[in-house]
Amino acid sequence: MTNATLGHREQEVRVLALEQSGYIGAVLERLSAAGVRVGDRIRVVRGSGEFTGILMPRAQIGADPDHVVVKLDSGYNIGIRVDSNTTVKRLKSPKRVKQSREAVLTPKESLPTVAVLSTGGTIASRVDYQTGAVNPALSAQDLYEAVPELQSHANIRARVVMSKFSEDITPADWATIAKRTAREIRNGADGVVIAHGTDTLALTAAALSFSLQNLPVPVVLVGSQRSSDRPSSDAALNLVAAVDVAGRADAAEVLLVMHGETDDTFTLAHRGTRARKCHTSRRDAFQSINASPVFRVESSEITEMSPPLYRRDPTRRLRVKAKFDDHVALIKMYPGLKPDVIEYLISAGYRGIVLEGTGLGHTPQSIHLAVKQAIDAGVVVAMTSQCIWGRVDMNVYRSGVKLLDIGVVPCQDMLPETALVKLMWLLANTKHIEAARRAMAMPLVGEISYRTELVVSGTGGSE
Amino acid sequence: MPKIDYSKIGLKVGLELHQQLDTSRKLYCHCPPIVRDDPPHGVFVRRLRPTQSEMGEVDPAALFEFQKHMLFYYEYYTDTTCLVEADEEPPHDMDPESIDICLTMAKFLDSVPVDEVHPMRKIVIDGSNTSGFQRTAVIALGGHISVNNRNIGIQTICLEEDAARKITEDEKHSSRTYRLDRLGIPLIEIATAPDIRTPKEAQEVALALGLLLRSTGRVKRGLGTIRQDVNVSIRDGAIIEIKGLQQLELLSKVVELEAMRQIQLLRIRDELARRGINESDLRLELIDITDVFIESASKLIRRALRAGHRVLALRLPGFAGLVGREVQPGRRLGTEFSDYAKFWGGVGGIFHTDELPKYGISQDEVERLRKKVGADSQDAVAIVADAETRARNALEAVFNRAIEALHGVPAETRVPLPDGTTKYARPRPGAERMYPETDVRPVKITAERLARIAKNMPETLQAKAKRFVRQYALSEELAAQITKSLNLDLFEKIVESCSVSPTLVAVTLENTLVSLHRDGVPTEQLSEDHLLSLFRYVEQGLVTPAAIPTILSYVAGHPSATIQDALDVTGVGVLDEDSIRAVVRRTVEERRDFVRSQGERAIGGIMGIVMKDLRGKADGKTVRQIVEQEVRRALVD
Repeated sequence: MTNATLGHREQEVRVLALEQSGYIGAVLERLSAAGVRVGDRIRVVRGSGEFTGILMPRAQIGADPDHVVVKLDSGYNIGIRVDSNTTVKRLKSPKRVKQSREAVLTPKESLPTVAVLSTGGTIASRVDYQTGAVNPALSAQDLYEAVPELQSHANIRARVVMSKFSEDITPADWATIAKRTAREIRNGADGVVIAHGTDTLALTAAALSFSLQNLPVPVVLVGSQRSSDRPSSDAALNLVAAVDVAGRADAAEVLLVMHGETDDTFTLAHRGTRARKCHTSRRDAFQSINASPVFRVESSEITEMSPPLYRRDPTRRLRVKAKFDDHVALIKMYPGLKPDVIEYLISAGYRGIVLEGTGLGHTPQSIHLAVKQAIDAGVVVAMTSQCIWGRVDMNVYRSGVKLLDIGVVPCQDMLPETALVKLMWLLANTKHIEAARRAMAMPLVGEISYRTELVVSGTGGSE
Repeated sequence: MPKIDYSKIGLKVGLELHQQLDTSRKLYCHCPPIVRDDPPHGVFVRRLRPTQSEMGEVDPAALFEFQKHMLFYYEYYTDTTCLVEADEEPPHDMDPESIDICLTMAKFLDSVPVDEVHPMRKIVIDGSNTSGFQRTAVIALGGHISVNNRNIGIQTICLEEDAARKITEDEKHSSRTYRLDRLGIPLIEIATAPDIRTPKEAQEVALALGLLLRSTGRVKRGLGTIRQDVNVSIRDGAIIEIKGLQQLELLSKVVELEAMRQIQLLRIRDELARRGINESDLRLELIDITDVFIESASKLIRRALRAGHRVLALRLPGFAGLVGREVQPGRRLGTEFSDYAKFWGGVGGIFHTDELPKYGISQDEVERLRKKVGADSQDAVAIVADAETRARNALEAVFNRAIEALHGVPAETRVPLPDGTTKYARPRPGAERMYPETDVRPVKITAERLARIAKNMPETLQAKAKRFVRQYALSEELAAQITKSLNLDLFEKIVESCSVSPTLVAVTLENTLVSLHRDGVPTEQLSEDHLLSLFRYVEQGLVTPAAIPTILSYVAGHPSATIQDALDVTGVGVLDEDSIRAVVRRTVEERRDFVRSQGERAIGGIMGIVMKDLRGKADGKTVRQIVEQEVRRALVD
């Protein structure tokens, strides 16, 4: 089905309730008493000053009990202190503009069909200039309007799966996203793009990598580091590249597409189990760790940098195993770490622990006993390295040898976060713990490799 | 053109003065606010795209920039720019020092500070801001400044970040290069109400505001650190925003010429009405007249045709004689059409029949093209020779501008040209282009902060000049000069620490240094310590005023030398009385006959000769005393 026709749609201007708009305490009482709502035109008289403008919400900039925020006719916002000498008067309500749009998008035969699933984040959002709120772009029409050139890259089927900040995404959400992705593939999409906040983007990518098996087409996660309401946003370049990869790349695996460098030049498609957010704010925050990116996309030209796990094959039958056991913890090793952290996890019924060890995969000796107790209690304990780059090797030093003897599973060159997701997935999808332990140390979807090359092109840059 | 009666035409002028602040950090990051000329350390490239308002509207100017597929190159310095300027890190908190300077100005201007400062994003996608917007915040509202006993209202005092500096523009490859050094330097923007009534008054108000800003002692100096936007309208005209005027002395002329332009455009409107032309007469029908020019002698057109371009024409009914009418010196309505064509079509310009035959286009060609587009003698025709799409866009823009001519003056943003005329820059942006900067927390302006500002108000330069006249007996002219000088602080330091004539200090700093510099002396090598030390020598009577230029010249040429070194080398040190007496005695001796014949009247002449010999080595009072004594002694003999 490639029908991208949108019906008649009406969009209402949503008005925030006063209580949700960041006003608290005395100001909230005063505004309520005056019968004022966000978006109303008000007059505030304070001492000799008189200010007229539209009442703005202040949820995004911090709640405050003393100041109202008013947008003046010049477009500027100012904060006015409200005390006993201040009067607030409502002048009039905003016109409730109902927009109706008749959008008929005729699918183009020559273009691939790509489903774009939105989970939240800033890649697909629009700013409400009246209230300053950022709303998710809801439909294919919204996406086309935000990024008009998308129309010449693919026929888009847009769906909203959820609207969450990525730090709030749970393993249960991974399952939902996996199932919705599978539905789009079964409905004939040539590729699926998932828009997602960047904080936990790589973890969702890993989760989908394990749960979507035997993929016939690519599944591409994408985010943006600069929200799409600003002209300098990286969202459009990333989104167009993601749609290109989803629709045209000769690959069938879970990938993550983001900027390749600070310039608006090319993007990189990283393997879903290998990507990590390595910078808090830069556009090129994501890197492939211990692996090469799979594709480089520049001006819609897709260049293969390393072979994909599988090639595109629409006849392949997708299998979905979208269960996760969230009783798994990830613990970073540090000087002074107490064994009671692990003892608590055992008592709380945790079934897996991923250790982010020091160096080649070590822990302080002080927790060896607790680790042994955990393993004896049937908890799977796996070892990764907090060095991020490189492979764990527990044969070199005594501490490592001892942990191996206790039964800790070495995770080779797997990322700690990927190991966490993998263990959650294994514990929910294997019948016996032993099978989970064995699988943990073996490559399933490119998360582990046994060779590390001398020059790792993590960024695809020239370094 | 006769002198304009500005009250009769209802001239209204408002100013927006932008001044860079001299702070220790930038407004939204911790980089030093330094503009540099050495080669940058690196460059990166970005694109910007228009964002739509909630109503689905996109700013037309923004959209247009995007359609040009512009590439923006940004040059950076690793040690003085950071990820914030590169739009790779969220902005830091607002610089408190900058806010304080704005609050000081608010106090000077009786402007009321807001209780909470909310930074906004103003969309700008010409590439001058890496983010695609400029951050700006209202600090205070209202107030006034009194100039020549007229109160000019202040509308707002805003605090903004300066934009990146444009280094080069490559139209062929649709790219621009900016440098990040200037981006983020704090700018105060003071907007007056449209209360100004004459061009001269505009200049005076700008001057008064500039002086007040300098009174804070915390603003940058030099070319490019102050920029003026001017809003000009006349009755029945429109508000024209003239942006980025850097030479203050051009301000009154710019206002005068804009008033003239609006008067002329209204006359053209009236003439079109008299000719009975209305909107329905104008039709956007572009006619391909390439074949008229197959054998044209016009080099421009021949070159276009060789490149496979077309010649398109637009008939402008009733416009004959008006397109060529001058609206500003050297600029006609046709020039305005051409500006639109260049901006919206990216073409080199247009031809119009009011100026033809010319540029190698023959009378015969003009007649044939007129016939081809069906233009009669009342009509004008605009033509463009370029690639077809560009030519179409250009003539469509001309058509839109012609429609505006029926209504008078279109509201525009214009940029000043060196002769005080202006040219079209872009349509005037609407208010919807502003939304909150949610990455920065609002700043509360507390009563404590305002009390601290009020307690530490600087003396205004005006008050200072008056004090200098009163306290130091400077002439009014010299007082005005020194208060506007970069050497003001040094002047105050010297007169407070040495008991020397303040007039001598002021003259040295303002006149002597300038004339030495003019004579090629590297006065920029002189340090504050040199000057302070020099006046200590003057105070002790070791240096005479006349010796100052010699000493300064020497020290400027030998910056590591002390004033004592200069005295030793140049020999302009003060002579003791015996040495002076010896010189005087010798001189009197040599002119014994002259002294005898003139008697005491010889004193003046001898004085002149001796002073010439002793220039800089002795002060006049001592010399006169000795000359008197020696002449009398000679007469007694």
